[in-house]
Amino acid sequence: MPVAQTLELAQKLRDRFPEWISATVEFRGEVTLEIANAERITEICAAAKAEFGFDLLLDLSTVDNYGDDPRWSIVYELYGLGHGVHVRLKTSVSEEKSELPTVSTIWRGADWHEREAYDMMGVRFRGHSDLRRILMWEGYPYFPLRKDFPLAGKPTALPDIAFTRSAPLEGGPFITPASGLDSVAREPRARTPEL
Amino acid sequence: MSAVKELTIKDAAARADELHDLEGDRLVVNMGPSHPSTHGVLRIVIELDGETITRADPDIGYLHRGDEKIAENMTWNQFVPYTDRLDYLAPLANNVAYALAVEKLMGLDDKLPPRCQYLRVICCELARISAHLLGLGAFAMDVGAMTVFLHTFTEREKIYNFAEALTGARFTTSYTRIGGVLRDTPRGWCATISKFCEEVLVSIDDAERLLTRNKIWVDRTKDVGPISRELAIDYGLTGPNLRGSGVDYDVRKADPYLCYRDFEFDIPVGSVGDCYDRYLVRMEEMRQSVRIIRQALQRIPGGPDNATNEPVNVPDGKIILPPKDKVLTSMEELIHQFMLVTQGQNAPVGEVYFGAENPKGELGFYINSRGGGTPYRLKIRAPSFCNLSILPVLLPGNLMSDVVSILGSLDFVMGECDR
Repeated sequence: MPVAQTLELAQKLRDRFPEWISATVEFRGEVTLEIANAERITEICAAAKAEFGFDLLLDLSTVDNYGDDPRWSIVYELYGLGHGVHVRLKTSVSEEKSELPTVSTIWRGADWHEREAYDMMGVRFRGHSDLRRILMWEGYPYFPLRKDFPLAGKPTALPDIAFTRSAPLEGGPFITPASGLDSVAREPRARTPEL
Repeated sequence: MSAVKELTIKDAAARADELHDLEGDRLVVNMGPSHPSTHGVLRIVIELDGETITRADPDIGYLHRGDEKIAENMTWNQFVPYTDRLDYLAPLANNVAYALAVEKLMGLDDKLPPRCQYLRVICCELARISAHLLGLGAFAMDVGAMTVFLHTFTEREKIYNFAEALTGARFTTSYTRIGGVLRDTPRGWCATISKFCEEVLVSIDDAERLLTRNKIWVDRTKDVGPISRELAIDYGLTGPNLRGSGVDYDVRKADPYLCYRDFEFDIPVGSVGDCYDRYLVRMEEMRQSVRIIRQALQRIPGGPDNATNEPVNVPDGKIILPPKDKVLTSMEELIHQFMLVTQGQNAPVGEVYFGAENPKGELGFYINSRGGGTPYRLKIRAPSFCNLSILPVLLPGNLMSDVVSILGSLDFVMGECDR
């Protein structure tokens, strides 16, 4: 889809909510709308679906901006089957709050996506009818996609059933991220688990 | 001597009044995680009233390996083998989808050499045929038609041989690299694919003759598990499951990537959205894939055996590993090799989403990059995950015996669902 058409539709969506959508970012032919206040996400998504034809929620992902505030970014990939335009909505939530309204009332497919986001990052979705863990088991104590969770994992017990140990990593991963830090600081696995 | 206890056993006819509409407890049945029709490790907790399902709660995650976490700790190319293990029935298609996502982030997607694009299209379509053949064979076997499975697996075996000839591995192909492919085709590979295209069409016709008008097959699939157009979109279904419900959304047409624009092919859609429609859509998709492969083989730049030495990789030393003989003789190539292996390709800061039309649906990668050779966050939009999320509304009201038909027609794979 040409960028011009995407930008036009994104601009219309932005004009509809001038005070809530704070920025339009264009990168590689994709448009990201940044939403300043995560509390408004349900209203914006409802309008995007009803008035702008974004009927397919392709994906919902979370990013852990570890060390920054706000810590969580929530990313919605919207697609309109009628016009073929793809737009990304992005909002952020602070670590203290770790909560935002659900969009599973708008696209029912968001149900599992939100459960996964909760399971992996620990961000809660207010109004979700059944916010349980989905990939990890019920009662698992950690949120494994957080940046302060070590790649090797942490020992956990499944009462009376199983016990898991951290994975033996044999010195990996063998990559050198470009940064000025020393190898201990830039190596995610070498960091002492804080949770 | 022990006393003889007398038991009176009433026959069923005498108890007919009692049994007529028994107000009993609902029965909770655990289906899976290792059940033949769950094709992997899907567990569904099913609540039954008699034989009718009243509630279904899929329990996934038995195959969760933390692929997204692993990706954050790897260079771009190092993650390619992990994509083999997403939809492990179509590893070639996953390789291509992942490589395209990273190339989109790096701005390489329009710089790919034409031969590379053609090779990738052929790989994707072979993967689609292979995945649909397995899905069809397993679906038919679950419903009781064993023969189809034998036909489709004979053809699938050939595709594995092609994958082995091309990549060195039958299953875990890891064929793509960021900016190109592992290697060009071996001599005579394209010719064997042309021959295969003839053979597979015969096999598809055979399978079709066994099923499409088979009374038992039609009874087991027609009007079973219908998904309306609105419901399919609402739950974010993609691929044959969405098209079975009558939505003509196919990423290859809606937002063509690679060289899909160059080919003529049709998108089959269903009308009712029941198991039978999803089956028909997959049958036709295989034929369309053969059509695409034939066109690609005819027009592939450089000809079948690359007589004109067309490149298959992006001509950029900072993206593609240099030729091995240069590495130990030339300083620049040595540096490139060292940097690529230890740090990976340097990606710009930014975020992209790329979705490719995989056999199971739209496989998407959301990549959040903060620069450097590793993703900051890589989210995999797994089509099977989205397709399965509809089960809690799709299963209730159906008979227990229809669960097998519905699962078979949704054609999911847990490696991708659980990641």
